Amino acid sequence: MHELGLTQEILEIVTQRAQERKVTRVVLEIGKLSCVLPDAIRFCFDLCAQGTIAEGAQLEIIQPPGRGRCRQCGAEFDLHAALAHCVCGSSDVEWLGGEELRIKTMEIA
Amino acid sequence: MCAHCGCADGTESTMTNLQTGRHVHLDSAGREYVHEHAHSHGHEHAAILRLEHDVLLKNDRLAEQNRGWLDGRGVRAINLMSSPGAGKTTLLERTIGELGPELGLRVIEGDQATTRDGERIRAAGCNVVQINTGAGCHLEADMVGRALRQLDPPRDSVVMIENVGNLVCPAMFDLGERSRVVVASVTEGDDKPLKYPYIFRRASVIVLNKIDLLPHVDFQTAAFEQAALELNPRALIFQISARRGDGLAAWYQWLRADGDRAMP
Repeated sequence: MHELGLTQEILEIVTQRAQERKVTRVVLEIGKLSCVLPDAIRFCFDLCAQGTIAEGAQLEIIQPPGRGRCRQCGAEFDLHAALAHCVCGSSDVEWLGGEELRIKTMEIA
Repeated sequence: MCAHCGCADGTESTMTNLQTGRHVHLDSAGREYVHEHAHSHGHEHAAILRLEHDVLLKNDRLAEQNRGWLDGRGVRAINLMSSPGAGKTTLLERTIGELGPELGLRVIEGDQATTRDGERIRAAGCNVVQINTGAGCHLEADMVGRALRQLDPPRDSVVMIENVGNLVCPAMFDLGERSRVVVASVTEGDDKPLKYPYIFRRASVIVLNKIDLLPHVDFQTAAFEQAALELNPRALIFQISARRGDGLAAWYQWLRADGDRAMP
C-alpha cells in the first residue's frame, strides 16, 4: 500500500531533475528485502506518470539480492527471506544488502 | 469531508492539537523541506543522469532532524506499532495512569480518521496531538516533526508515538524515535512475527497483549516467542494484559529505565 506514496516520491524526484525535459527511462533499484513490491511500483508508476513529463517512460527495476553477516560466527551469505539461518544455526543476522530503494539513473530526451 | 473545517478532501493528512483545537492540513506546506535546486544545463540532447538517490532520503533526513530536536531536549520518543485492535491505545491509557506524571508522558496519535483515540488519551489525563493520515497507511517523519512542535514536550520527558494500525508500511519509515515497540495480541495468531517479519525484526520490545484471553483462544505463547526471537534475538518480550493489568511491571520498568538499547 505504501508503494503509491513511494512512486509519487520517485516521480517528484525524477521530474524535478528532468527540468521539464521529457523523461524516457527510469532505472530503480529495489532490494529483495526492501519490503517494496516491484509490481506495485510498476502499476503505480504508469498511473502516476500520466499527464507528467514522465508519461510513457520505460521503468526498469533491478533487484539486488539480500546479503547478511552472522553476528555469532561472522559468516557472510545470501539472504532470500527476512528470516534466515546461518550454517552455524544462528538467526541473528546483520543485513548488509537487499534493502535498497534507490533511483539509479534516468534518461531524458 | 473533513469534520473540522469542512475542507473537501478526507484523504489529506491533518493534525489536531487537542489542547488548543488547532487543526492544520499537512500537505499544504509539508513538502517544502528538502528540495533540489533546479539549474539549467543548456543542452538539449538526450542524456542519462546518474542519480543514486535514495527514495526515502527526504523522510530519513527529517527523521534525523526530529531525533536531533528530541535529543536536544533529552526527550525519548517511542514508536508504538501494531495491527489495528491489538491494544496500543489501551496500553497507553494504562501507562498514562501509572507513569504519566513521572515520565512527563506526551502522546502523538496516528489514525487514518477521527480523533477518537486522541480523545481517549486526553481523557486519561495526557497531552496529545492527533494526526489523521487520510489515505495514508503510516506516519512519516514530517508529520511527527510538526506534531512534536505542537506538543512541545518538556525536557527529559517521554513521547509515545502511536502509529497507524498496520504491520507492514510503518516498518519502513523512520520517525526519529529512539526505540520501536511492536504490540501483538493473542487474538491474532501466534505466527504473526513470521508473517510480518520486517516490523518485528527491528523492534526493541515486543509486547504480547490480551493474555487474559488465553484460555479462550488457540494461541501458543511459546511458538510466538520462539518465532519473535528467531527473527529478532535481542528483542525483549513482555506478556501483558493492558485491560487487566497482568505483566505491566516489566513494561513500566523498561520505560523507566529508558529503555534503551539503540535500535538494532
